[in-house]
Amino acid sequence: MPHPGASMNIFSVAGSAMAAQSQRMNVTASNLANAESVAGPDGKPYRAKQVVFEVAASGQQDIGGVKVAGVIEDPSPLKMVFDPKNPHADAKGYVAMPNVNVVEEMTNMISASRSYQANVEVLNTAKTLMVKTLSIGQ
Amino acid sequence: MIDKLDAALRFNREALNLRTQRQEVLAANIAHADTPNYKARDFDFASRLTQAVEHGRAAQQPVQMAATSARHIQADALPSMPERDLLYRVPSQASIDGNTVEMDAERINFADNALRYEANLTVVGAKIKSLLSAAQ
Repeated sequence: MPHPGASMNIFSVAGSAMAAQSQRMNVTASNLANAESVAGPDGKPYRAKQVVFEVAASGQQDIGGVKVAGVIEDPSPLKMVFDPKNPHADAKGYVAMPNVNVVEEMTNMISASRSYQANVEVLNTAKTLMVKTLSIGQ
Repeated sequence: MIDKLDAALRFNREALNLRTQRQEVLAANIAHADTPNYKARDFDFASRLTQAVEHGRAAQQPVQMAATSARHIQADALPSMPERDLLYRVPSQASIDGNTVEMDAERINFADNALRYEANLTVVGAKIKSLLSAAQ
């Protein structure tokens, strides 16, 4: 008899968390890589991006996997750097640099990597238990 | 005859089932360590096991409304899910984004639950072996 939570199993929960954390790491990598990109495809400076996590509740259950609700742009002001020789400098000689906070991105990356590892451990434990369950009565 | 075999393994079956459910809840807590406003969940294993052994598992039929007239509209309520009995963990160090998952506590609970699940499996295995040797 499948119990009601059968649709929510450890593998899907931990797997969705790993996917979400790797997307967070992806966004962090993009932020770090573009920390000095003064012009993007639209001609404007790059803005730092952050992922927003939420619970992917399935049906009547209020617990479930992790879902990336969206990627938001950091609304904080761009860094103005005085560099009159830069071709992107404005009339006063200031260049708008991306609002990426490198320290924040590094801590974000470590946090994402630790959470990812925790979920890998959960998966490994669940797998070991499943294998042992299969050998009941042998 | 078969029901005796069933009864012999029933307690362990319910215990294993609840351990699996708890493992899922704890895995969800660990998965949501970074989700804002997520509240860590858990349930009281001992009371749920007592309930499952003494009164059977939680009813899974939809709850019907009492209809005293033929014109009453019958609406099926959601089945009463065991998930409804989940409790909220009280955090010892609340975090500013409303998340109450404490990774250390969750990891310890997860490892503890996994160990008890394995212990339960060992007991079931031994029990099956002794039943088999009695049958030979």
